[in-house]
Amino acid sequence: MDQITSVLILALPLCMFLLLGVFGNKMSHKMAGILGTLGMGVTLILAYSTAFTYFFSGSELFIDAAGNRLQSVVFDHTWLAFTDNLVIKLGFLLDPISAMMLVVITTISFMVHLYSLGYMHGETGFQRYYAFLSLFSFSMLGLVVATNIFQMYIFWELVGASSYLLIGFYYTKPSAVSASKKAFIVTRFADLGFLVGILILSFYTNTFDFVSMTSNPQNVLASTGGAMFMGGSVLTWALVLIFMGGMGKSAMMPLHIWLPDAMEGPTPVSALIHAATMVVAGVFLVARMFPVYLMEVTALEIVTWVGALTALYAAIVACTQVDIKRVLAFSTISQIAFMMVALGVARDTIHEGVGYMASMFHLFTHAMFKALLFLGAGALIHAVHSNDYTSMGGLRKYMPITHITFLIGCLAIAGIPPFAGFFSKDEILVAAFENSPLWGIWMTAVAGLTAFYMFRLYYRIFWWNEPDYEHHGHVPHDAPWTMTLPLIILAAVSCVAGFIPFGELVSWNREAYHIHLNIPVAATSVIVAVCAIALATVMYRKENSLPDKVANSVKGLWTAAYNRFYFDELYLFITHKIIFNLVSRPIAWFDRHIIDGSMDMFATLAHKASGAIKGLQSGNIQSYVLIYLMGALLIGVVTVVCVVIL
Amino acid sequence: MDYSQFLAMKQEIGLLVVFLLVFLYDTFMPKKAQNSLSAITCIFFGLFTLAGFCPCLSYDANAFSGMYETSAVIVAIKNILNVGVLIVLIQSIKWANSESQIMRRGEFYELLLVTLFGMYLMISARHFLLFVIGLEAASLPLAAMVAFDKKQYESHEAAVKYILTAVFSSAIFLMGLSFVYGLAGTLYFDQLAFAVAIEGSKSVMLIIALIFVIAGIGFKLSLVPFHLWTADVYQGAPTSVTAYLSVISKGAAAFAFFVVMAQVFGAVYSQVWEWMLYALIVLTITIGNLFALRQRNMKRFLAFSSISQAGYIMLGVIANTTGGLGSLMYYILVYIFSNLAAFGVVAAIENATGKVSMDDYNGLYKTNPRLSFAMMLAMFSLAGIPPFAGFFSKFFIFTSAIEQGSIAIYVLVLIALINTIPSLYYYLLVVKAMFINENETPIATFKSSVSERLGLWICVAGIILLGIVSCFYSSLLELTNAM
Repeated sequence: MDQITSVLILALPLCMFLLLGVFGNKMSHKMAGILGTLGMGVTLILAYSTAFTYFFSGSELFIDAAGNRLQSVVFDHTWLAFTDNLVIKLGFLLDPISAMMLVVITTISFMVHLYSLGYMHGETGFQRYYAFLSLFSFSMLGLVVATNIFQMYIFWELVGASSYLLIGFYYTKPSAVSASKKAFIVTRFADLGFLVGILILSFYTNTFDFVSMTSNPQNVLASTGGAMFMGGSVLTWALVLIFMGGMGKSAMMPLHIWLPDAMEGPTPVSALIHAATMVVAGVFLVARMFPVYLMEVTALEIVTWVGALTALYAAIVACTQVDIKRVLAFSTISQIAFMMVALGVARDTIHEGVGYMASMFHLFTHAMFKALLFLGAGALIHAVHSNDYTSMGGLRKYMPITHITFLIGCLAIAGIPPFAGFFSKDEILVAAFENSPLWGIWMTAVAGLTAFYMFRLYYRIFWWNEPDYEHHGHVPHDAPWTMTLPLIILAAVSCVAGFIPFGELVSWNREAYHIHLNIPVAATSVIVAVCAIALATVMYRKENSLPDKVANSVKGLWTAAYNRFYFDELYLFITHKIIFNLVSRPIAWFDRHIIDGSMDMFATLAHKASGAIKGLQSGNIQSYVLIYLMGALLIGVVTVVCVVIL
Repeated sequence: MDYSQFLAMKQEIGLLVVFLLVFLYDTFMPKKAQNSLSAITCIFFGLFTLAGFCPCLSYDANAFSGMYETSAVIVAIKNILNVGVLIVLIQSIKWANSESQIMRRGEFYELLLVTLFGMYLMISARHFLLFVIGLEAASLPLAAMVAFDKKQYESHEAAVKYILTAVFSSAIFLMGLSFVYGLAGTLYFDQLAFAVAIEGSKSVMLIIALIFVIAGIGFKLSLVPFHLWTADVYQGAPTSVTAYLSVISKGAAAFAFFVVMAQVFGAVYSQVWEWMLYALIVLTITIGNLFALRQRNMKRFLAFSSISQAGYIMLGVIANTTGGLGSLMYYILVYIFSNLAAFGVVAAIENATGKVSMDDYNGLYKTNPRLSFAMMLAMFSLAGIPPFAGFFSKFFIFTSAIEQGSIAIYVLVLIALINTIPSLYYYLLVVKAMFINENETPIATFKSSVSERLGLWICVAGIILLGIVSCFYSSLLELTNAM
């Protein structure tokens, strides 16, 4: 791969950001939108050609004689050399997962750019919106091609910042502002763990470099010298802390609370950032470091537990939500948790590390169908002007294209063959069963729940009872072509993506291997999914009182799930009642009286000293020269006394 | 005599050519063509600056049996100064073309180029005779430049103060040199180094000579207690001259100071001059800061800020390593851009409205947002706030000092670090005045001239890029480490 293409992949979105950010106000909306979309289009072509060259050119740079794919560092520029050991590099690492991520990011980003031309039409700050989209694309691309943890950390924070800007895009709306703040604070809190983890790891290994770490994970383990800290090995601590950064970005329990609120941003942004790309950064991080994680199985077990609990929790909550974007948000949390579980249960000794491949496969397919669902939801909101499914219903007649594409998305996420989600989810379930039947059964159950809540949503939107649209002034209809075209493309991808021979392309040790369906596992999961869909059909196809009866029969659970098991309230209680009162107030007092007091004292002293010596600057040239000479002589004499006489 | 050795002095010759061209243009061109004198000077000097980056200049050579030396590092520091001078020239166009200066602007450019020539000699000199010639050539014409505002009383007073102090410091310096000559019987740097090593640190004569030499160059650097002229002169001189004094003159002297200290007196570093310099640095940074705290006149304020900045630059000298020299050169480079941005804004406002008090800057953001923004960046960079260039230059110069390794230097760096707190305070005072303070009669919105804007754009680009584009520092370090 030549360097120019890879530099361009990063530089183009950055230039677009600068161009639209600085000169956007002087452009018309149309101009800014088209410029941004074109820039992304060119990036898309470059990224596709890069990925294509990597996977299929057969060049010895990318694949060795035995058919193992190689990690290729296209360039690695020393950016800041603070000291000999503390060197920060910026580079471009091409390997199966980064090539795959290039495709995912540029595809979804381009679709969202195109879609937003219609969706954001006439919004104030249209140019700003496109500038931020470009900034986000740049940061995300930089993140996935990072050659070292530090570069990843820099872009990780940039991604967080651009997500903050986009969630708070409607900054006049208080709920959007508080949502963006919440997202930023929660993920920053998680990143603290990430940073500490990086520092621990680099302290022992003396390197930030991914290639040298993952190609010889034994060395990483050996370099810690078996050091222990509070009952765990140092390496486990480092890996768990790094995973904590991933938990924040990927909205794993208990750091998931920001993602549902992040739906305050424009819907295309939710599709790009909070469904397909940024939220999988945590999964990507664990996958990137996977060989090192294999050295410490405890860390992987923690990943599995966190993932499995989150998957179940989010799926239950999704069954009760009313806001369609929030249903999709919880579904995203649950699906990302699937990927985490897949990584957590993967072992090099079991079935050639199938979990790793499954996780990446699911990341890929999920990005496509979840973006499709979000963009579909955007079209619905655009037509109905409400986020609640209670003001929708019977829309299949009015919005046929949105209906069909949304249905495909639901079938894909529910895991019905031959749609994309079936294949990737099947591999995850296989990996879970191979690790332990507990995880297998657990995740199959969650998959059933997924099918149920998605079809609950589908029926409530497109069937159920039709409200009086004409009474509200206008009849919903399909969106313009800029919005429906991305839906159709993504729907087509969701239909066929499952047939990609993913195992040939991506595996944990980059050896090609063949995927084959595990019939018992596949059959079970399909039967469970079909039953769940059937149940949803019975309950929600036509307006009836069954859902209310069911809700009343498990009232406690239903209310708790509807309130997201009171996680937000718990956080509020901890921060407002405990942290504010017991920690912040004393600190504030200490800060105000002791710290500020002593600073005031220093300031007064400095001013006094300044006043005391102002006589030196008399304006009188004779005294200047006298001080000059006396100063020189004084220093000379003191030196003579100290050096010669003493 | 072998005349081919003049070929080693390519940059000096180039500068002389520029000087002659400007001089001839000024003297012989008809009055009509005189209007473009400023532009012509900028273009000539710009071409000369560009030519300086030609790799064919970067080789080691010497002339006049070792009195003059050139090398890649020396070419680099001259290039750094050239860039600074070019910015000063661009920024001064409006002032030079103003009604009161139009008769004399030719002299301004000629004097400026002559002082630059003197600085070149100081940098390249490996013999104290040549060094003194350079020092004088860099000092005396400056007095004429300080006195340039003929009708301003302060300008005269400043010039008198400057020339008297300069003469006095030259006398002290020459006295130090005569002691040195008395000890060694030579003025060549390399031979002196031997003599100093033999003489050893216990020689009273050597110590007295050393403090006199330090005081002589310390005058140009305005190290405390040799700094008292600075504030009055900076305030009284025309702003363009002040800008030149505060960055270019100081930068050249800092480099020359390092060379003299390391090459001539290197043998008595740890016993003698490390401690002299130690005291000077502590005094310079602290007293510079204490005085800067209470200034309300922007030019006086920048004078004291530049005194304390010189203290930070001296950390590169006290490191006494090639890494220290690299950090020192990088610091000068960054300092040029940051300080010239500040002076550029001050000059633009002074040219448009005649106001130089910090109180006049209240509410500037509302009326002149771009100027305020440039000033803010300059202040952030001078204060050392990341990610601007000033942060990196401070970081690297601290690191290079610490690498010297003794506990005393750790303490020194700690003192310097503590001193960044009051400096942050007074730099932010300016930002606060512009952005937060209310003012019923703020400076009215005005359009600065093309040249002023161009100069500021260059400075702002430098402030933003010099830090985060890492190749500037690493290539300078590579050069000095190869010495």
